[in-house]
Amino acid sequence: MIGLEHYLGVAATLFVIGIFGLFLNRKNIIILLMSIELILLSVNINLVAFSSFLGDLAGQVFALFVMTVAAAEAAIGLAILVSFFRNRGTIAVEDVNMMKG
Amino acid sequence: MIQADLNIILPEILLALYAMGALVGVVYTGKDKMAGLLTWLTAGVFVLLAIWIGASGSGENVGFNGMFHDDAFSRFAKVAILLAGAAVLVMGQDYMARRRIARFEYPVLMALATVGMMTMVSAGDLIALYMGLELQSLALYVVASLRRDSVKSTEAGMKYFLLGALSSGLLLYGASLVYGFAGTTQFAGIIQAAGDDNLPLGLLFGLTFVISGLAFKVSAVPFHMWTPDVYEGAPTPITAFFATAPKLAAMGLFARVLFDAFGGVVSDWQQIIALLSALSMFLGAIAAIGQRNIKRLMAYSSIAHMGYALMGLAAGTALGVEAMLVYMAIYLTMNIGTFAFILSMEKDGRPMLDIDALNMYAKRSSGRALAMLFLLFSLAGVPPFLGFFGKLYVLRAAFDAGLAWLAVAGVIASVIGAFYYLRIVYFMYFGEERDALDPPRSPMQQVLLMVSAAVMLLGVVNFFGVDTAAQAAAAALLQ
Repeated sequence: MIGLEHYLGVAATLFVIGIFGLFLNRKNIIILLMSIELILLSVNINLVAFSSFLGDLAGQVFALFVMTVAAAEAAIGLAILVSFFRNRGTIAVEDVNMMKG
Repeated sequence: MIQADLNIILPEILLALYAMGALVGVVYTGKDKMAGLLTWLTAGVFVLLAIWIGASGSGENVGFNGMFHDDAFSRFAKVAILLAGAAVLVMGQDYMARRRIARFEYPVLMALATVGMMTMVSAGDLIALYMGLELQSLALYVVASLRRDSVKSTEAGMKYFLLGALSSGLLLYGASLVYGFAGTTQFAGIIQAAGDDNLPLGLLFGLTFVISGLAFKVSAVPFHMWTPDVYEGAPTPITAFFATAPKLAAMGLFARVLFDAFGGVVSDWQQIIALLSALSMFLGAIAAIGQRNIKRLMAYSSIAHMGYALMGLAAGTALGVEAMLVYMAIYLTMNIGTFAFILSMEKDGRPMLDIDALNMYAKRSSGRALAMLFLLFSLAGVPPFLGFFGKLYVLRAAFDAGLAWLAVAGVIASVIGAFYYLRIVYFMYFGEERDALDPPRSPMQQVLLMVSAAVMLLGVVNFFGVDTAAQAAAAALLQ
């Protein structure tokens, strides 16, 4: 029997993979965008699992909103990436270094 | 039924419709040639909405089954956000036009970001919170990289996007846990599920993630890394916007979540907020000392100021929220004046952002140097000026709430922080003679600089009634 904790476990694993993908990846900005999508998808698994477990629809509505926003976010991220590539000629993470913080 | 709900969010709907109408209208007519006109029009719409919201609203109205709150707190925040947005639009117009980056998308995106901010401060539900936050953030990612042909601007947009998306992810993960363990997305339901003492573990995890996400948005340490780079890379008028309205909106949202959803368990989050506050004050004060670029310096300055505003929240009392709102209102005014000055720092028509360029500035234009001196003293918190009273408010709130160590840390950090503000004053009055900066060109920047400097001095008489409005706002939030 697959219970709520299994779903939460999968979601937590995906979330951690996403966070690590953001911090450990040194190669390509596209991979960072993929990690962000992974984080948002782990949230969706959480929301749908809770919604089904609680018998409350709000979680599924929330998940739909998250999906819509994730699509808009990916579009904006790629657009900024394209204009960055035009100026810099590379999308390697280590080349995002004009300013040092 | 729906009519009553729609009446409550009428200002937001009108502003969203205006933004969409303006976008379509300008695309079919003059495109970028209309940018100047559209900027003024948008600023006018902001001011009208601010007057409308400030004058007409009364009492507490809840719409959409508790998703949207229109109360004294949200009205205070909305008026401040709209006025700050209008001020930034009019003072940046001349700069944008001369740099050939006056695109028509800019005022439209600012209007959409403002709709998002207005939703944020009114949110009464996790879904409304998330939608408002994302509408604001997505619009701001785009304006940060508005200068498409500049590496710095696109890099700033890239960094802001990546870290902003990460923070939204953290916030959302926390929101999903809060939903799961409270069984509802509404703040009114969450506060019941959270109880009066000792938060259940699941909710505590959720709350911690939500706080981390929001700390990113207000750029509190240890989530501040994006701030200096984004401030430096984005075009200056947009940096001025980042430093003002979104900060207030994020603080408003912070207060909404902490008090509307977790108001019963102050002791569970008080320590986290106090720690964020102390770290921000110290890092902001110390890291700014090494900065020569005035935009990076203002970034660290804003991190330190967010630390003081968080101190008000950490108090967890009505007085604390009132202090936070007063502090943010003063901070907005100071920053608008300071950025009006920074926008006019040019040499041979090019922006000159090194603080060395201000050497002996007072000799050539004493009036503007004096205004800047008022603003810098106020930012540092030197007594006769308004900034001092803002700090006094939050320190008193923290002290009354039993956070004496935090109040002492705040005083120490403000002494350290005073050094870099006073160094600019030193350069202006006693530095070495250098090539002169260009005389200021934009009358709007001049007006805003002088007005906000005058407010710093005259405001100490009665705060222009802001403190009573903030008191009503805090009472509305905590009831």
